[in-house]
Amino acid sequence: MRRRAKYNFNPKHLLIIGLVICISLILISFRFGQYLSPVRNAVGSAITPMQKGINIVGTFISDKIDTFQNMKKLIEENENLKDQVNILSYENKLLLQNKYELDELRQLYELDQKYLDYPKVAARIIDKDTNNWYNVFTIDKGTKDGLAVDMNVLAGNGLVGIITEAYYNHSKVRAIIDDKSAVWGMFLKTSDTCVVQGDLKLIEEGKIHVKFISKDADIKDGYEVVTAHTSPKYLQGILIGYVRDIKLDSNNMTKTAYLTPAVDFERLSEVLIITELKEPLIKEEPEENSLVE
Amino acid sequence: MKRAIIYFMEIIICFVLQSSLYQFFNLANVMPNLLLILVVSTAYMRGRSSGLIIGFFSGLLIDIMFGSLFGLYALFLMVIGYAAGYTHKIYSKDDYALPLILIAVADFVYQFLYYIFEFLLRGKLDILFYMRKIIIPEIIYTVAAATVVYKLLHIINNRLDRNENKEEK
Repeated sequence: MRRRAKYNFNPKHLLIIGLVICISLILISFRFGQYLSPVRNAVGSAITPMQKGINIVGTFISDKIDTFQNMKKLIEENENLKDQVNILSYENKLLLQNKYELDELRQLYELDQKYLDYPKVAARIIDKDTNNWYNVFTIDKGTKDGLAVDMNVLAGNGLVGIITEAYYNHSKVRAIIDDKSAVWGMFLKTSDTCVVQGDLKLIEEGKIHVKFISKDADIKDGYEVVTAHTSPKYLQGILIGYVRDIKLDSNNMTKTAYLTPAVDFERLSEVLIITELKEPLIKEEPEENSLVE
Repeated sequence: MKRAIIYFMEIIICFVLQSSLYQFFNLANVMPNLLLILVVSTAYMRGRSSGLIIGFFSGLLIDIMFGSLFGLYALFLMVIGYAAGYTHKIYSKDDYALPLILIAVADFVYQFLYYIFEFLLRGKLDILFYMRKIIIPEIIYTVAAATVVYKLLHIINNRLDRNENKEEK
């Protein structure tokens, strides 16, 4: 009993001490949040390998289960896909021919390529926020692979989200369906801009809000929405999804609609990150030193 | 000392399982709240101080990995652990029903606090919707998971108790 008596605090005092620590931590992080990121980095670096390990085991088991379940489906699918490959490769040839023609014409007109082939890095999603309220997830690549905050994340051919925090070997990604996310979008056909805003209520239905569409915008269901040139962080021209259910707002000034994302967020396991940031707006010419660096 | 190491391991294991097994074991888009089970059952088995300390550290871990503010989850879980610790007075080794009820209540409080701080303050008023879609499913799933997890924690706790008694003799 001697040993235990040593630690015999009154629980009430402990509670008060804990409360004080918590509240001061909240205040400190509210005021000086950016200085705490080394702590997050350190703890994250320790936990991430464990999560990776568990993920490997989990993936292995679920893969094995899936294999048996999907064998038949796959055989069928394979045949269908083979047919598709034939068709597509034929179409691809046609398109390639068109592309050569286009390139030549562009050279003639001395036009720069509008859409560059952005450099990309592939990453695996290793965990999701423990909380069920949000759609923030972690990927297994970080600053050592050349990632940085504000880089765009894709999957397949659509936009997934943006990197909000980047650490040494992992990064946090906020999905566009997250309740706090809002992206400047643009209708590909009419160039009308809009704001694509996630909403927890709509996640279940696989939809996102589209707001602030001009009343005069001549849009129809099924039009493609891509990231807009006005967006400060998202590169231009990445497909977000397809619009539907367009309604005129009660203020008679703007329209709202719903958007079906191009990415299937339910079954997301691997993503691509564009390792190129949108050029920041710089007011003055940078000094020479910084150019040398 | 031994107990502290075991608790540390429990926190880490619960956290890692909860965060990374999401894609394999989620039902209706929610995950059981393993850390909360750990906090409440420790508080129930060991009393207020233990609940408070475990709550604080597991909350802090969530804060470091996911939270935007340090200390918010730590505060929630610490208070929950402390409050659950009052039930240590009616602790019985054979009672497996009471801790489940406790966990359900604690999970509700936790989710409700979270809703208030993160959603209500941003003007999202539709509590019934969030209740139906997140809070209730999570409570059900957490209680279901607790039936197994509590038993495990209970066994570990008993072993520790026995060892400590031996050492003292």
